[in-house]
Amino acid sequence: MKFTGTDSYVATDDLMIAVNAAITLQRPLLVKGEPGTGKTVLAHEVAKALDRPLIEWHVKSTTKAAQGLYEYDAVSRLRDSQLGDEKVKDISNYIVRGKLWDAFTADQSPVLLIDEVDKADIEFPNDLLLELDRMQFFVYETQETITAVNRPIVMITSNNEKELPDAFLRRCFFHYIRFPERDTMQEIIDVHYPDIQKTLVREALNVFYEVRDVPGLKKKPSTSELLDWLKLLMSDDISPEVLRNKDPKKLIPPLHGALLKNEQDVHLFERLAFLARREQGN
Amino acid sequence: MFFNLFFELKSAKVPVSLKEYLTLLEAMSHNVAEYNVENFYYLSRSCLVKDERNLDKFDRVFGSVFKGLEPPDNPETEEIPEEWLRKLTELHLSEEEKAKIEALGGWEKIMEELKKRLEEQEKRHQGGSKWIGTGGTSPFGAHGYNPEGVRIGQEKSRHRRAVKVWDKREYRNFDDSVVLGTRNIKIALRRLRQFARQGAPDELDMDGTIKYTAKNGGWIDIRMRPERRNTVKVLLLLDVGGSMDDHIRTMEELFSATRTEFKHLESYYFHNCMYEKVWKDNRRRHTEHIPTWQLINTYGPDWKLIFVGDATMSPYEIVYPGGSVEHWNEEAGQVWMERMLGHFKHACWINPVPERHWEYTPSLQMLQQVMGHRMYGLTLDGLDRSMRSLNR
Repeated sequence: MKFTGTDSYVATDDLMIAVNAAITLQRPLLVKGEPGTGKTVLAHEVAKALDRPLIEWHVKSTTKAAQGLYEYDAVSRLRDSQLGDEKVKDISNYIVRGKLWDAFTADQSPVLLIDEVDKADIEFPNDLLLELDRMQFFVYETQETITAVNRPIVMITSNNEKELPDAFLRRCFFHYIRFPERDTMQEIIDVHYPDIQKTLVREALNVFYEVRDVPGLKKKPSTSELLDWLKLLMSDDISPEVLRNKDPKKLIPPLHGALLKNEQDVHLFERLAFLARREQGN
Repeated sequence: MFFNLFFELKSAKVPVSLKEYLTLLEAMSHNVAEYNVENFYYLSRSCLVKDERNLDKFDRVFGSVFKGLEPPDNPETEEIPEEWLRKLTELHLSEEEKAKIEALGGWEKIMEELKKRLEEQEKRHQGGSKWIGTGGTSPFGAHGYNPEGVRIGQEKSRHRRAVKVWDKREYRNFDDSVVLGTRNIKIALRRLRQFARQGAPDELDMDGTIKYTAKNGGWIDIRMRPERRNTVKVLLLLDVGGSMDDHIRTMEELFSATRTEFKHLESYYFHNCMYEKVWKDNRRRHTEHIPTWQLINTYGPDWKLIFVGDATMSPYEIVYPGGSVEHWNEEAGQVWMERMLGHFKHACWINPVPERHWEYTPSLQMLQQVMGHRMYGLTLDGLDRSMRSLNR
């Protein structure tokens, strides 16, 4: 059972090793990287490649660790007791299962994605230490212990908004998705748009990496933005010549809205274009 | 088996623990790396490094352990801190040159230039001393750091063929100590939180519900209450233009941090000192301004007033009517400052100029007096102290 990338996802060697190590040793894999480099997609693709079900747990700032295990719905039980419902005698009727519970008791060992773990409270990762380590937890209300039948493959993504605690990190494998180099990027594009014109890709990549190299950009365009931009270029039938056009008057790439997501960045570009024009005038 | 790697990593201050080492051994026994050196590198990196800032250190240690390379004598001197460069260039460049560099593409360019220069030096000194000549004209030589430091990876090595993945040291950029970022500022600003329950009741009040249900003879009586929110109100007055241009970067960071941290935040601009008017939009500052009286009448004394500025100007601008550099002011800046401070009891002044330079600027001293020594530096410590003073 090895992950070697899929027909829609290009995995670099180091990424494959990290994923396979996590699968073999049944430890969580923590994935970090610039936004838009395919952290979340990785879990989808691993699930697809290994033919496992995927359970997604998207973490928000208000998410509590306990919600991933289970929640006791006291209010419904209170209401049922008022109405004299028979259900009320059995407390397990009011235990709502969380994503971890689902993952632990699934028939086939699933891929569990804990997305953007850094969004939650600072204590969130600490509260999940034991659960992720032993893959079991205790339900106080019903006095039962839930143990993983098949240990799920756990993927955790982080955007670096908060530092994660050391104890949590020690239990994970770690992989930092580096921004793809040109060759890798070419492969990624080939996978997504097999029919695209080669010259268009070449010119578009030139422009793309130039844009990324502009100093002072607030938000550098990423892989997903490049893919969107290419799609737009194709649907608008923009020819490679337009991209190759080094006319300083057109320094801002066509359809730049897909690449530059920030008003200030567009301004920066306009200013650069202005300077370039003045330079030419001299 | 890989004790060496483990201990070298420890001594290079990469936080590794026994648990991670054992994980690596376990993975090795499961044959994850398949007896391939490159895969072993990837695997050990994934096991032992948990933060991208340490990836570069790891690459260096891995390279030295498995290649028998001499480790750098002192990693601290290896890289030239960007701060030094800035400092040095500030000392050695005139205003025009600075502007020129900015036009060229800023400090990045200088770094490149410096690197080129150092590389040249390295070639010239081949076989001789490793250090940049101290008697030369180079402004960078005086500090005597190792020219190796700015060479990137092994690109210039004679063993070009033998470049290994870990020698590329791709993660170089991340290995730097964090300076005052917005996150740190936000944490300092958090001191100013004041929680209160206001607005629509949309949260279940458990204690209240139990109390009223019991009162109701067991018949359920649900109580709701408004959510707890940060209710602190902040009036931010920012100095713009002139001498403040040097601090734009830090000011932007501070401003963006305050914007996300406080819900009730109003900001206005002034120039050098408070006078009878302020403005909201710097582009239309000469046409659309708001009388300072209006600020005093609009915002109650419960608003916390924060001035941000370098307080560096001619003393006339504070003390004399008509002292302003921009317009004729009927009343002196000091009068307006005192008027504002009389209305807003909780006020402070945050100053981006380093505190050790304060005593050399008379106007700064004067404003410090006016503020009643509630002026603080724009550092984490200064922000912390200023927030404490606002809470008093």
